[in-house]
Amino acid sequence: WLLVCLLLKLFSAVEVQRPRGVPLSKRQFYEEGKPFTCLDGSRTIPFDRVNDDYCDCQDGSDEPGTAACPNGSFHCTNAGFRPTFIPSSRINDGICDCCDTTDEYNSGATCQNTCRELGRKERESLQKMAEIAKEGFLLKQQLIHEANRGLEDKKAKLGDVQGSKKDLEAKVEALRTVKEAAEQPEREAKERHLKAWEGKLSFKSISPSTVCNDVSVPELLSHSELDPDADGSFTEAEAQGLLGGVDKVDTAAFESIWSNVKEKYMSEVRHYTSFFFLINSKFHVKFILFNFGFGICFRNLEKEISFDFGPSSEFAYLYSQCYELTTSEYIYRLCPFNRVTQKPKFGGSETNLGSWGKWAGPEDSIYSVMKYEHGTGCWQGPSRSTTVKLTCGKETVVTSTSEPSRCEYLMEFTCPAICQEPPNLEISSHEHQEL
Amino acid sequence: MAPLLVLGLALCLSGTWAVDKGNFKTCEQSAFCKRQRALKPGESPYRALLETMELTNTRLTLQLINDNNKVRLLLELYRLQGNITRVKINELKPLKPRYEVPDVLIREPTTEPLSVLSQDENGVVLSLGVESQRVIISARPFRLDIMEGSDVLMSLNSRGLLAFEHLRMRKDTQADPEAEKKEEADPANQAETTKEEEEKVEDGMWEETFKSHTDSKPNGPSAVSLDFSLPGVEHVYGIPEHADTLRLKTTDNGDPYRLYNLDVFQYELYNPMALYGSVPVMVAHSAQRTTGIFWLNAAETWVDISSNTAGKTVFGKMLDYVQGSSETPQTDVRWISESGIIDIFIMLGPTPKDVFSQYASLTGTQSFPPLASLGYHQCRWNYNDQEDVKSVDAGFDEHDIPYDFIWLDIEHTDGKRYFTWDPHKFATPKEMLQGLMDKKRKMVAIVDPHIKVDGNYKIHNEIRSRGFYVKNKDGGDYEGWCWPGSASYPDFTRADMRAWWASMFAYDQYEGTMENLYTWNDMNEPSVFNGPEVTMHKDATHGAWEHRDIHNLYGLYVQMATAEGLIQRSGGVERPFVLTRAFFAGSQRLGAVWTGDNAAEWGHLKISIPMCLSMGLVGISFCGADIGGFFKSPSTELLVRWYQAGAYQPFYRAHAHVDTPRREPWLFGPENTALIREAVRQRYTLLPYWYQLFYRAHVTGEPVMRPLWVEYPQDLATFALEDEYLIGRDLLVHPVVEEGARGVTAYLPGKDEVWFDVHTFQKHNGAQNLYIPVTMSSIPVFQRGGSIIPRKLRVRRSSTCMEHDPYTLYVALNLQRTADGELYIDDGHTFNYEKKEFIYRKLTFANKVLSSVNLAPDAKFTTDSWIERIIVLGASKPSKVTLKTADGQEKQLEFDFDASMSVLTVRKPGMNAGADWTMTFQ
Repeated sequence: WLLVCLLLKLFSAVEVQRPRGVPLSKRQFYEEGKPFTCLDGSRTIPFDRVNDDYCDCQDGSDEPGTAACPNGSFHCTNAGFRPTFIPSSRINDGICDCCDTTDEYNSGATCQNTCRELGRKERESLQKMAEIAKEGFLLKQQLIHEANRGLEDKKAKLGDVQGSKKDLEAKVEALRTVKEAAEQPEREAKERHLKAWEGKLSFKSISPSTVCNDVSVPELLSHSELDPDADGSFTEAEAQGLLGGVDKVDTAAFESIWSNVKEKYMSEVRHYTSFFFLINSKFHVKFILFNFGFGICFRNLEKEISFDFGPSSEFAYLYSQCYELTTSEYIYRLCPFNRVTQKPKFGGSETNLGSWGKWAGPEDSIYSVMKYEHGTGCWQGPSRSTTVKLTCGKETVVTSTSEPSRCEYLMEFTCPAICQEPPNLEISSHEHQEL
Repeated sequence: MAPLLVLGLALCLSGTWAVDKGNFKTCEQSAFCKRQRALKPGESPYRALLETMELTNTRLTLQLINDNNKVRLLLELYRLQGNITRVKINELKPLKPRYEVPDVLIREPTTEPLSVLSQDENGVVLSLGVESQRVIISARPFRLDIMEGSDVLMSLNSRGLLAFEHLRMRKDTQADPEAEKKEEADPANQAETTKEEEEKVEDGMWEETFKSHTDSKPNGPSAVSLDFSLPGVEHVYGIPEHADTLRLKTTDNGDPYRLYNLDVFQYELYNPMALYGSVPVMVAHSAQRTTGIFWLNAAETWVDISSNTAGKTVFGKMLDYVQGSSETPQTDVRWISESGIIDIFIMLGPTPKDVFSQYASLTGTQSFPPLASLGYHQCRWNYNDQEDVKSVDAGFDEHDIPYDFIWLDIEHTDGKRYFTWDPHKFATPKEMLQGLMDKKRKMVAIVDPHIKVDGNYKIHNEIRSRGFYVKNKDGGDYEGWCWPGSASYPDFTRADMRAWWASMFAYDQYEGTMENLYTWNDMNEPSVFNGPEVTMHKDATHGAWEHRDIHNLYGLYVQMATAEGLIQRSGGVERPFVLTRAFFAGSQRLGAVWTGDNAAEWGHLKISIPMCLSMGLVGISFCGADIGGFFKSPSTELLVRWYQAGAYQPFYRAHAHVDTPRREPWLFGPENTALIREAVRQRYTLLPYWYQLFYRAHVTGEPVMRPLWVEYPQDLATFALEDEYLIGRDLLVHPVVEEGARGVTAYLPGKDEVWFDVHTFQKHNGAQNLYIPVTMSSIPVFQRGGSIIPRKLRVRRSSTCMEHDPYTLYVALNLQRTADGELYIDDGHTFNYEKKEFIYRKLTFANKVLSSVNLAPDAKFTTDSWIERIIVLGASKPSKVTLKTADGQEKQLEFDFDASMSVLTVRKPGMNAGADWTMTFQ
């Protein structure tokens, strides 16, 4: 009975007479038979001039149901869907705008009432989105938890590393002293000493593995000076090549492939270990390796800790991951907080579409957009850049890419980390108001 | 191969932001121009052989002889209907036929009787029939004067610059070049060489090299040249296309104006270099008379202009006047073409509109465009895929900005194979077109004339197998580089090729197309990236003719074949819309023209006015410039100003280079979106006026956008104005084209005129320079007192959506309290107007009565549109307003009167726009 009453009450609302195109909320301004005052108060006209297809009011309020006023708007009730306003220029233009067809009452256009269908679809999609948001939000909580733990670990590790760095630097200093001492005597003496050092120094004691586990492709990629063909793009394939065809190697294995890297690495290492050039032999390779591994790990940790992974570090899990999307022509690859690349599907070199720049969403949702900048330059244009739009999803995946302007890419990316706590999804009562 | 092309383009693109002048010839570098320009004014070697004169009723022929080389020419003289004199000069007995331009004249012009008034051994005097006009042919030396009464209107060969390089056999100089050099070097031989002066072989006569390109010139020298003197004339106009002032400059201290259709990368402003199109028509104007010269020749052409007053200061002119020693001002013009014949039409006016109708009687009038094509066009290189098109289309609705056409540039094709769609990006073109059609909008897709050489491409295979390609000098299919890489060029000079091309636009041939898809012909100069001056080799052949002969005609033929295709696909029902970049005399019959690849600079916005005015003067009314500028990225201010200026130019299309950031109207913040929306909406309210002006242009040949002097021919102050212009007779536009402008000074012509600001309705007197303060929303436009302009104020999302909407009539009263105007209505898109299916009415306000009478009683058309409002500017307050309709019924109308602005608004008279009615203001 209550339901019936409610329905009756709602039904009676339909019966409320009001001029065409007027929303219920403004019904009281349009009183049948009484002079109408333009809503801006500019003038008062007889009621029969409301909707008489001539614009009398500056604000267009006397013609809510015709196209006579250039600035008017028409209210579609759209029962079953969402009520909406359309510009009155869309009344009787032969194009169906309102799903309830009320905008085309005199144009000869044949419109179908699609409101119920639209309403159903919208509810479905809202439901779906809410589910996604819900699950996504749960995942996000997990991510936050993991991120916080990971961060603590890393901070601790960084502390350790800083400690051992000092320690090691002391050792380096000691070595330097020994070396310098060794340089004093005659050449023969020096050689003897060198041999002695080799025996004395245990590589393992200062192995990078004590501070960092492996040497991996992403680590190498951050060292563009190692690019074997120096073409400006140091690709993963090239990095893998340096590592002997695998993604990462432990220190021992790295030692064996070091010779590949050595030449390239010389220049950088020179800064802080200038003396090794004097020293031959395996020892010096190990020494470099130590510096290399140590340096990478130290810097990576520092860098990682410095990133803005969101208010609760929910985006931290994206770090050092990459996500691909294959289109008809290209393979796009998004490595969050690192860079975006594009590679032709059927061979050809990789193009950098931008390196991590900043969060660039609007003020109220700054984490909804990522900006990658300073990619490979364009002819006569700017360097390539990519805008990544984040939307809530259970899975972390690149859903589309486009290039709206030359060299300005747009990527759609779903991930749980952007999910917001879903609002209570009861269809709000106002939607029923105008049934 | 593709990377190579990209590299080539890249090199090209990475150059400086200015034209590379070195890619294009100066007169000095163009052998025939250099040879001809070396001839100085003096006594002509040509003599008229009066004894050879033959006169039929309508045609006079006469032989001319060059006393230096004894070569004879045949002069033909015709008097044509409408006060036109045609003079043709060809070799009497050319070694082989010389090219005479076909397909430009709409028909063989109607001749009128000629009669000899007097004749003696010095010459002949012929009557031209009207107003005591006579032609005097002087025999020794040959010259031709056209007189009216005692005034010389125009003289030909008065400076003795008639030159005609007769076709000749090649002397075997090549075989022994050393000997020739010796001869030239040896002073002893000089007497002998001067004796046979004309036979002297100069550099570039039989072969010419520019940059890395050699022109083989198998026919040798073939240039023609003639001078014209225009006494009393200080202002000449026309001969587009040049990025230069409306009033042509003298060329004594630089290169002549060049007419040679070229794809000029990043063209420079204010110089006489050739651009994409050529119309060899010059209009001369003085306070007394307007005349025109039409030089019908499609080969490379140069035009020199000099003036006896050009160098004089104002003081010098005054001194002449005071001392009474003033020689009459005079402009001298000289035309030089590389091949063909001399075929000139002297249009004798005397008014500007007479010249327009004379020229229209020869080459036709502006095609009557579909109404929608006068709306706003949204273009970009490129809208990337169907999704992109959809979202831009939605953007216009979201921001409530009307538009009619969205455009697709070359990237929409499958690998630059025209007539195809990219299978991934435009997989379902019909679906896309249907989506646009559902919103009553349309699309334009590009079809360029260069055809990818690709054995898997149907169009290429068909053209090749039919032998329709232009041939290179060795007889093979001509190949050059363009967008698709290696490309060949169909021989559009062939009627059978054009018919085949037209058939390719049929819906079952051009797959994925529908009736709301129209066409854009770009690169039809033709552009050949690796050709001489980025165009086709002159020794390429079109059947019997060299490309040299037909060059400036190629683009016209491309557009002709395309427009014919669009007509045919609809069974002859629908009007076509085809935009072209290259053009020639007669192109006005085929569609719209734009000013090519301009740049996002204030100077380019500014020059769009004189460039389109110049085209309008020679028949091409449907002209526009890329809104925003093609190259580079406009500042927001420039973009807004360009939208505002463009709203008041005939062809209204925004376009942008692929390398520029997006610039759809809503990307610059809500304030600027609103400014652009307002500009576009102003355009749409005025569409009824634009449309009826195009109807007028189609009927009469009058330009739609016209310089002030066309309407105020005696007002010297208007002769060089190019920062303002008239649309029709009644709207004066002075757009803001300066950065940071705080105001503009508009000249309002006519000492008996009044002008009403169309936005404020404020009245201003004529014959004054009016300073108008401007803000970013200002577009200074004035309606002439004495005019009635119809508008549709219910702006909708496309012009088609506005079809049945009512009109508001703007009646602007002059000092005599009268006004008149017209109202033209038809279905907006078919040729049915040719079957008299239209409404054409005369609106008159006189003696306090406004009336609508039928101008075309035999025409039939009905409209749903009605008159919703009448706004009378400069009105006084009536006590009552009465409408009387055709059925004799009378009714009182309500009205508002704004005493402060003297504006009377009549409320909802409600009569049908096609009906007879009178409205009395008592």
